[in-house]
Amino acid sequence: MKLQKATRCALFAILELAAQPERQLSANEIAEKYGISTNHLAKVLRSLGRVGLVEAVRGAGGGYRFSGNRRRTTLLDIIQLFETIDPIRHGEREDGDDTAEGQALCQVLMEIEDTARATFSAITLDTMIKLVDRGR
Amino acid sequence: MANSQVRQAERKVTVRLAKAADIPQVIAVDAENTGLTKAEYWEDLFERYNSRATDGDDDAQHKSVKRYRFFLIACEGDTVLGFIIGEVRAWEFGSPPCGWIFAIGVRGNTRQGGVGNTLFEALNERFRKAGVTKVRTMLARDDTLIMSFFRAQGMMAGPFIQLEKDL
Repeated sequence: MKLQKATRCALFAILELAAQPERQLSANEIAEKYGISTNHLAKVLRSLGRVGLVEAVRGAGGGYRFSGNRRRTTLLDIIQLFETIDPIRHGEREDGDDTAEGQALCQVLMEIEDTARATFSAITLDTMIKLVDRGR
Repeated sequence: MANSQVRQAERKVTVRLAKAADIPQVIAVDAENTGLTKAEYWEDLFERYNSRATDGDDDAQHKSVKRYRFFLIACEGDTVLGFIIGEVRAWEFGSPPCGWIFAIGVRGNTRQGGVGNTLFEALNERFRKAGVTKVRTMLARDDTLIMSFFRAQGMMAGPFIQLEKDL
């Protein structure tokens, strides 16, 4: 499974900020660590700001700070802001889906979609940060 | 997603093997969590897990398979705050011995107070003493609350996949 670039940027940014909620970081600092475009990240941070997960801090030493709840925010909450991980469940249809073969294929793909959704919806930022720490 | 969480202070609770007198409260906690009162199920489970005289002794040696079954409760005085049930099973589905968690439940008004963590750790400690090094559970895919709980304990997807079909 592959996540879109904006989703990965958002997850990296939010994990970086949520790991130390009192700390503020600039888009540049985050972009540099993960090797991503600062412009792209700035757009993503604005999207995260609109839903209250980060806040911009103005002035000298300003940047972004985590403003959500890391024990209540799941990976799915972030991912859904940028993409749909279960397009078939959401009614997306492709050529051939009306055939018996297409329906069988949709059934199998939906099984995978459901597992992905269940996994992302059960992992909070808090759990993810612990997972990151265990890997250090 | 918003900043609405109020985390309760960690509670000082006692964890021990369930006794017959605890079962009505266990039934009530489960009914509160699931919306179903399953008295017969819980009474039967207690019979199978903790009803023998030796099974009432938490320090008893693990002499038989039955001693590898644990029906634990967390309590404050006489009030049951939560329960957990687990068992060491060997070679089912081709799996080497491991601890299985079959059920966990915590009173709604004590959530975020560490009761679930305490129960989980207490059961794991008994599993370790029984000689196993892995703990496993199975749960409904859409049960996000309990799935998040187990994920927060560090549990990840294992090597087994559950399959089923209508009969």
